[in-house]
Amino acid sequence: MQTYGLTHLDELESESINVIREVAAQFERPALLFSGGKDSIILSHLARKAFWPTRIPFPLLHVDTGHNFPETIEYRDSWVEEIGARLLVASVQKSIDAGRAVEEKGWNASRNVLQTVTLLDAIEEYKIDAAIGGARRDEEKARAKERFFSHRDEFGQWDPKNQRPELWNLFNGKKSQGEHFRIFPISNWTEMDVWQYIYRENIPIPTLYFTHLRRCIERDGVLLAHSPFLPTRDTENVDEYQVRFRTVGDMTCTGAVLSPATTLQEIIQEVAAARVTERGGRADDKRSEAAMENRKKEGYF
Amino acid sequence: MSEFTNSGYLNMELLRFTTAGSVDDGKSTLIGRLLYDSKSIFTDQYEAIEKSSVLRGEDYVNLALLTDGLRAEREQGITIDVAYRYFATPKRKFIIADTPGHIEYTRNMVTGASTANLAVILIDARKGVVEQTSRHAIIASILEIPHIVVCVNKMDLVEYSEEVFLSIRKDFEALASHLPSVDLHFIPISALNGDNVVTDSANMDWYTGPALLTLLETMYIASDQNHQDQRFPVQYVVRPQSTEFHDYRGYAGRIAGGVFKPGDKVVILPSGRQSTIKSIETFDGQLNEAFAPMSVSLTLEDQVDASRGDMIAGIHDQPTVGQDIELTICWMDVKKLAVGGKYGVKHTTRDARCVVREVQYKLNISTLEKNVDDTEIGMNDVGRIKIRTTTPLAYDSYSRNRSTGSLILIDEATHITVGAAMIV
Repeated sequence: MQTYGLTHLDELESESINVIREVAAQFERPALLFSGGKDSIILSHLARKAFWPTRIPFPLLHVDTGHNFPETIEYRDSWVEEIGARLLVASVQKSIDAGRAVEEKGWNASRNVLQTVTLLDAIEEYKIDAAIGGARRDEEKARAKERFFSHRDEFGQWDPKNQRPELWNLFNGKKSQGEHFRIFPISNWTEMDVWQYIYRENIPIPTLYFTHLRRCIERDGVLLAHSPFLPTRDTENVDEYQVRFRTVGDMTCTGAVLSPATTLQEIIQEVAAARVTERGGRADDKRSEAAMENRKKEGYF
Repeated sequence: MSEFTNSGYLNMELLRFTTAGSVDDGKSTLIGRLLYDSKSIFTDQYEAIEKSSVLRGEDYVNLALLTDGLRAEREQGITIDVAYRYFATPKRKFIIADTPGHIEYTRNMVTGASTANLAVILIDARKGVVEQTSRHAIIASILEIPHIVVCVNKMDLVEYSEEVFLSIRKDFEALASHLPSVDLHFIPISALNGDNVVTDSANMDWYTGPALLTLLETMYIASDQNHQDQRFPVQYVVRPQSTEFHDYRGYAGRIAGGVFKPGDKVVILPSGRQSTIKSIETFDGQLNEAFAPMSVSLTLEDQVDASRGDMIAGIHDQPTVGQDIELTICWMDVKKLAVGGKYGVKHTTRDARCVVREVQYKLNISTLEKNVDDTEIGMNDVGRIKIRTTTPLAYDSYSRNRSTGSLILIDEATHITVGAAMIV
């Protein structure tokens, strides 16, 4: 007798497509949060597969901090064109100019936390009832308890102790006026799965992920890209390093890693050998043990 | 590293398993060991919990801190919610649904069990089969987890005694004889010392079976899905308004059972209209066959009316279509189940409403006793009930198909998921 089984990447793909289609079926105005990082890239690739041969029936939303790597914006615009998606941009600079958000001060100032204000404003402005994000449960311990369909109250807050039970593949997206959902279709993927999938599907990614020469400063054991957005102390040296990025976030808080990897296969080997998590280079997570949980409660991705 | 590169990794299977237990059982230690020995804990994670352990005044690195992700859990030293953990070996990728073991968290155990292929049940070798063991076995059985691995832990504290192991095994088999047939395995382990967890133990020559990880890597799981009865709940209708795909009408969804091929005669339920599968479509091209749990789109030969919530099924193996349904329900809300009460229903892709007709009995999930005099179903209770739905559902029994045999009840005022039900 013939046996039928899927590889784990096929099973993860099928699960994610199922979740994405469920969003389109259950919600009026979904949007896919797109950062230009690898997780939101595969998310939009999966969305493209879910609705083929029609276009993705909801827009991508980029929360633009104004502190992006230029490579990210370049990639974003070409990818959006390739998949034929509609792009909305919400600007943190606008939130600051309007007095809705206040720039952080000090050496480690970042606009990471401010993104929450801009995101929640965009959710209200566009009346988004489901914001689809690329968060994975293996990234961070507060995210390990996240649901696929994560309920947010009218203030955009997450209540981790009072989450809806989520059983089988039955997703309850019912809500009251003013509330919304965050949806995480790739919850069950690991960093390794994402890279293997990018390799298998031959998905283009920003050049930042591959090795390049970059002027950086070393701060608290993390290599940060030298840029006009990053204030430097007199004691800090700007040197050139052979680096790549494991995650793509703001220029001010995304750490680079020393790496000679020029191909996806070399990246995959590096990931397999890595002894530090990909968020280990994120200064924003290092603020306290519950840094992510606190940000998520307030409405962060 | 070579095993992780490309072809090997791309061909791995996925095994989802659930664990239930408290810190005392050594559950966190066991998970910590699986993650640590398979190199799935990173140095920054390890250093973070090492630092926390020191700050909390503990003598050893507390691996439980890895799984207790929420501040409240770390403060109270307990697991409240289901935590999902991931690790991979060169042979398989694993998802652990790590759940608390106490009776007040039954709903979390049920949640973790609902998607698992396998349950790991931990027994303390010094204590043997206790009430909590029975409860975990009964929950695994009600949720129809196909494989159960009983780990008799802390063997180091009973001098690695074969007698102790065999006697616990006998007790558990006696308990399991009251449950529907299940694939049972027993392993004597010491999670603390690593005996029979990742590598074979040098302390128990009398045990000739595989270590836990070897068993997890080799368990045959391809037949866990139902590949007999064709079931396709229509999730979303894809209708491109383009010249290239002018007449295209794709029924998108995830196959819930059986193998579908172009040319298969199918029926759309509940309407009963028949048609033939024209093609199986995906972004990557058309397929000659598709099976559970693949997400695809079907096109049909005829212009029949089918929409979200309808079920496309094989004409020879049709599901039951009806409105009066008997359920085993696990209640998940502080507000008790109300007889005569109305609830929202989600079953496959169908949304409906229902009224609870009667509670037949409450099940004691530690003893399997049916109490017909106690019909108050509150938080964490399991019972047998009858409902009537507003619209016909196309369903199978849960034991026949976990997808088409399960549903959830939703409170119509708060929108909270209040019940998880298995169709009898």
